[in-house]
Amino acid sequence: MLAVSKISFERYFEPVFQPVSFKLEAGRLLLVTGANGCGKTTLIRVLAGFLHPSAGAYTCDAGSTAYVGHHLGIKDDLSVIENLRFMRDFLGVSSRNCKDVVIRLGLGRVSDQLARTLSAGQRKRCALGRLLLGNSELWLLDEPYSNLDQQGVGLVDDILTSHLSAGGACVLATHGKHRPEWASSHDYHLVSGAVEC
Amino acid sequence: MKTDKARKNPLVMFIHKLGSPPWFYGFTGKFIPWLWAVFAVLTIWGLYLGLFKAPPDYLQGESYRIMYIHVPAAWMSMMIYVLMAIMGFIALIWRIRTMEIMAMNSAPIGAAFTLIALATGSLWGRPTWGTYWVWDARLTSELVLLFLYLGVIGLYKAMDEPRKAARAASLLAMVGLVNLPIIHFSVKWWNTLHQGSSISLTGSKIDPSMLWPLLIMAVAMKFYYAANLITRSRVTLLEQDLRKSWTRTVAEDATGELKS
Amino acid sequence: MPAAFLALLRRDLLLAFRRRTELLFPVAFLLVVVSLFPLGIGPGPALLARIAPGVIWIAALLATVISLDGLFRSDFEDGTLEQFILSGHPLTLIVLAKIVAHWLVAGLPLVLLSPLLAIWMNLPMESLGVMILTLLLGTPILSLIGSIGVGLTLSLKRGGQLLSLLVFPLYVPVLIVATAAVMAVSDGLPYGAFLGLLTAGLVTCVTLAPFASAAALKISVS
Repeated sequence: MLAVSKISFERYFEPVFQPVSFKLEAGRLLLVTGANGCGKTTLIRVLAGFLHPSAGAYTCDAGSTAYVGHHLGIKDDLSVIENLRFMRDFLGVSSRNCKDVVIRLGLGRVSDQLARTLSAGQRKRCALGRLLLGNSELWLLDEPYSNLDQQGVGLVDDILTSHLSAGGACVLATHGKHRPEWASSHDYHLVSGAVEC
Repeated sequence: MKTDKARKNPLVMFIHKLGSPPWFYGFTGKFIPWLWAVFAVLTIWGLYLGLFKAPPDYLQGESYRIMYIHVPAAWMSMMIYVLMAIMGFIALIWRIRTMEIMAMNSAPIGAAFTLIALATGSLWGRPTWGTYWVWDARLTSELVLLFLYLGVIGLYKAMDEPRKAARAASLLAMVGLVNLPIIHFSVKWWNTLHQGSSISLTGSKIDPSMLWPLLIMAVAMKFYYAANLITRSRVTLLEQDLRKSWTRTVAEDATGELKS
Repeated sequence: MPAAFLALLRRDLLLAFRRRTELLFPVAFLLVVVSLFPLGIGPGPALLARIAPGVIWIAALLATVISLDGLFRSDFEDGTLEQFILSGHPLTLIVLAKIVAHWLVAGLPLVLLSPLLAIWMNLPMESLGVMILTLLLGTPILSLIGSIGVGLTLSLKRGGQLLSLLVFPLYVPVLIVATAAVMAVSDGLPYGAFLGLLTAGLVTCVTLAPFASAAALKISVS
């Protein structure tokens, strides 16, 4: 689904990470690990298309890509359900039921509260709703476990499992200790500038 | 993402090579001194003809001679903006770093010419109309052009990451270019709306003996732009590539020359 | 795509409504600026009438630039803009939807307030109709051109200050044509051509400006 060949990105004329190459097939997860500041977020953003690589190329034949990054992509002035409804209408998948998604995310009690009043973990869950509402084959997740409690982490893993078994793929960047149990065939470790495989 | 197939067309190859910083540096190093030399010769010749040989104007006397700086400077200010926007366009679409550098380095040179045009225009106005400033079409257009330049420079300097800043400023330059004719015409028209007849500093016809120095100065200023731009761009390239190996080679060659 | 366009329009209007007190700031600014002119120049009715078209239009320019800063900023900061870029919908249409929403809450009030400003500045009553028309046609142009500047300065901390420098030169033609139209009425001259120019300008901006804004947004997000 995703074939990456010697991608590198420069900022201030210095490479952020050394050239990266990998292939990601459907149903697989690629874990990108490394210390803070080693370029994980930059790599994810290059794959998302926000950044243009300084060298190298990649091809992606996924239908569409979903991205949940450091900025959550939810509006503080809208309630949880309003945020999800907008995501659904904007993505054009009107068949999904937002109320079901709210419950799945564990936000049933705060469904009508404005996002600004929620805790960091609850906001993260709301942002993850994007993954449930969309039809994207490729997921790019940057620190999906941050701010989440035990249940939240379990939720992410559940969502991931369903996605991967349905034929989707995912690139997941994390610096935390938690790894999905079934970590993939590839495991990329970016160490500011150098790559270990 | 597709990789471009380089066509074997020599012009395309040349442009492609220009995009390589070390090649650009080496290639331009060969003729930079000549550019400066031609500029110096033409300027001296043009100023000599304009200030001493050309006859005094029957209306304005000697004060018209400031036109030999004012008019070419105004022409340059507009030409440089166009070039800056074109280079910015190339830089934006093909992400060629040398183009980004040249586009961004053109901005201060263009702004300087605009300032010269404004200052000389102002000085010219004093003996001609008695005031240091008049809102005629040309001066007003030059003023708006100065603001456009300052916008490009300001945007470029305000952003931290130089390549991103260059892309943003290039886009701004392109938008400015599209607007430039519109601004130009609307200012010209505004001038006729509010003052009845169009006043022009240069008058209706220029005698050939007065024209030659003007053209020589115009060409001289083009050489100045080319020389200054390339000199600045070479320095910028060295600054940006400080950690790369080709700059080390250049430094070694330079210190080697100094020692020997 | 049309469904997404409408969803975005609805969302932006809802968000503006949730922060409706903030909508008053540009309006208050407009009123304050216009009232400064009689205070600074003197309240002589003939003088005010002469400068009225220019003053009202300049105040509209300033108020628009002030209100524009919020056009993309919130979406940029909370990551919604990135999602728009990623969504696969044409960014130009997304930009257009946002500008429409923005004009409805920030530009339209300027148009509606113009009779009050006309009275303050002693604008001849027969010019009022054309004044309103120029604002109706011109303020969307200001929003469209301004959106390009906003897109470019989005990632800057003090982007708002630079924004004025960037867009005011681009506003010069609109200012000239709009004020010429209003002044033509009081001079008894035909003003149709000016309005025609404004309309042409509006159509051109609606078709071209969103492309530039979208490109600017992509640069700012990178």
